[in-house]
Amino acid sequence: MTVESTAARGKPRRPAAKRTAGKRQQPEPGPKPEMVQLLTPEGERVEHPDYALETTPEQLRELYRDMVLTRRFDAEATALQRQGELGLWPSLLGQEAAQIGSGRALRETDYVFPTYREHGVAWCRGVDPTKLLGMFRGVNHGGWDPASNNFHLYTIVIGSQALHATGYAMGVVKDGADVAVVAYFGDGASSQGDVAEAFTFAAVYNAPVVFFCQNNQWAISEPTERQTRVPLYQRAQGYGFPGVRVDGNDVLAVLAVTRAAAEHARTGQGPMLVEAFTYRMGAHTTSDDPTRYRRKEELEVWEAKDPLLRLRRLMERENAADDAFFTDLDAESDALARRVREAIRTMPDPDGMAMFEHTYADGHTLVDEERAQYGAYVASFADHHEGD
Amino acid sequence: MAAEKMALAKALNSSLRKALETDPKVLVMGEDVGRLGGVFRITDGLQKDFGEDRVIDTPLAESGIIGTAIGLALRGYRPVTEIQFDGFVFPAYDQIVTQLAKMHARSLGTVKLPVVIRIPYGGGIGAVEHHSESPEALFAHVAGLKIVTPADPADAYWMLQQAIQCDDPVIFFEPKARYWDKGEVDPAGIPGPLHAAKVVRAGGDLTLAAYGPTVKTALAAAAAAAEEDGTSIEVIDLRSVSPIDFDTLQRSVEKTGRLVVAHEAPVFFGSGAEVAARITERCFYHLQAPVLRVGGFHAPYPPARLEEEYLPGLDRVLDCVDRALAY
Ligand SMILES: Cc1ncc(C[n+]2csc(CCOP(=O)(O)OP(=O)(O)O)c2C)c(N)n1
Ligand SMILES: [Mg+2]
Repeated sequence: MTVESTAARGKPRRPAAKRTAGKRQQPEPGPKPEMVQLLTPEGERVEHPDYALETTPEQLRELYRDMVLTRRFDAEATALQRQGELGLWPSLLGQEAAQIGSGRALRETDYVFPTYREHGVAWCRGVDPTKLLGMFRGVNHGGWDPASNNFHLYTIVIGSQALHATGYAMGVVKDGADVAVVAYFGDGASSQGDVAEAFTFAAVYNAPVVFFCQNNQWAISEPTERQTRVPLYQRAQGYGFPGVRVDGNDVLAVLAVTRAAAEHARTGQGPMLVEAFTYRMGAHTTSDDPTRYRRKEELEVWEAKDPLLRLRRLMERENAADDAFFTDLDAESDALARRVREAIRTMPDPDGMAMFEHTYADGHTLVDEERAQYGAYVASFADHHEGD
Repeated sequence: MAAEKMALAKALNSSLRKALETDPKVLVMGEDVGRLGGVFRITDGLQKDFGEDRVIDTPLAESGIIGTAIGLALRGYRPVTEIQFDGFVFPAYDQIVTQLAKMHARSLGTVKLPVVIRIPYGGGIGAVEHHSESPEALFAHVAGLKIVTPADPADAYWMLQQAIQCDDPVIFFEPKARYWDKGEVDPAGIPGPLHAAKVVRAGGDLTLAAYGPTVKTALAAAAAAAEEDGTSIEVIDLRSVSPIDFDTLQRSVEKTGRLVVAHEAPVFFGSGAEVAARITERCFYHLQAPVLRVGGFHAPYPPARLEEEYLPGLDRVLDCVDRALAY
């Protein structure tokens, strides 16, 4: 305890100029960020020279359906958490276009590495939504087989999966396969060493990875300025691969840009970074209280950019759907919500002995010993009851 | 400030406030510690009162947090870092193990790194993966780190003061399941030594050692054993995992002849193994039973709905006590 307090000696020292990063009001360095948009918040189609997209009314209806059902599923899961059926739920509210647009840009043979919030991407991959609930109810740590839908398990440790995606993509190159690998991550994750290392590896090995960053403006309570001084997509340049910012609330632009990035990967041109500029409309998770750190006005600005609303406006403008479509979709949403509630009510709790399963593929004598001891311990209670 | 009854979380908050007030070199840094006040609100209100210079929201990068804390310490600051949850310390493991722990020795004692790493740890809160682990043994194996863990609000307050004043790196494990437990804290009191174990219940038949979250369980087990079987258990709160106060343990075991160690971490290569080995060596002729351990299994921390089976709860601790008494 040799370092004395300077305050105790009566002369508190403060830095001469108070230059905290948080108070700086400098413009962002580098070129002004450009954002690919094909559909304005008002529902108007606009063209982009690099990302042309032809859509049929049927495609618009499908994208809209995906987003409505995903939002409904998400709302139901939030409600189930409130009712005590789930321990936690990370809502994707507001990020439907970023997830459906990118998810629908992929082929079945492509491979996805999600964070914990990619419920919309899971939907596109064909993972049954009820399977996503298990880990948030606390009955398992995953709940689906990654190989059956080419959709890896959710990763909670921030940024780790970017390296897994890169390694998987390195394997794709070795196999000479025609596959794009997508690594989803957040604006906060962009600060992790693992993500920086993934960029390096992917660049060096020209790996077919699409780094898909959903910049939803917040990492729990920290705004994106706490993670970066340049727009995130511009980071790619320093690693030697292209980066593009897309309006993450515009499902058409996300679809077009992700298609291009996936094609770039599949055709041997290496990685690409896509920054989907979007917004986390809800709390970080059901445990979070965003009123402590962000203002209502910000939410209102983003409400006006709602991804579902703008597609609906386009569909109405182009007569892409009749009333029956929307009525049927409402009914389908209700049915999905019912199915999710039912699945939760009937989801069995795991057996205690399940703890001792699957720690090793080839077995382990200590696990065997502990399983036997614990089994005997549990059985001793049963004997006791019979004796009572 | 008068003595006051407060929750363990509040005691930590008061302790950080006191440290920031008394030493301008003290910094608080971590993810979401600023405006949000941390996900457990341990740093609540500190940024408002001490400014963004001293209560720092860092980028989301644990290696960055600890690596820069080392640099700040080299520059004369005393960073008190927060790792949001036990399972998220590992991106920083390299900085902690290869740099933070070793720099004092490498500099032949000239460099001091008074960095505190606060980590909410342990289970019992129904959380998802990586939010319930007890990784203390992974750090205890590393020379150059000190590791402490309070079990009640008074210790939380004082041990954090002492950890911040310590010139060595200290990993400060906070039993998150006990954050809301209340107890008396007297900021005018005089604390005991940081690394001393404490007899929290006297007894003669068996010694039950615990730390952090399991102290409460151990006390409940001792009360139950006294009531149900008339067994008199002495409960020791180790408080420090590195160093461990073996003298206090030895005194107790020489009297009782039996020792059970309870912790949430897996028993395999856990701190209980170290206690068992040392106490067996020191008290061989006093022991009437082998030192037994009760804790987590050699398995990943299970999903929340199985955590009661995994954790050393009252029943499993009593079962272990019975086995020790049966010798
Ligand atoms: C290594 C690690 N550190 C801390 C956390 C705690 N944590 C969970 S989510 C989160 C913020 C993530 O922000 P971002 O990457 O932007 O993703 P978002 O949640 O906004 O989708 C933090 C800090 C974690 N899960 N993993
Ligand atoms: Mg984010």
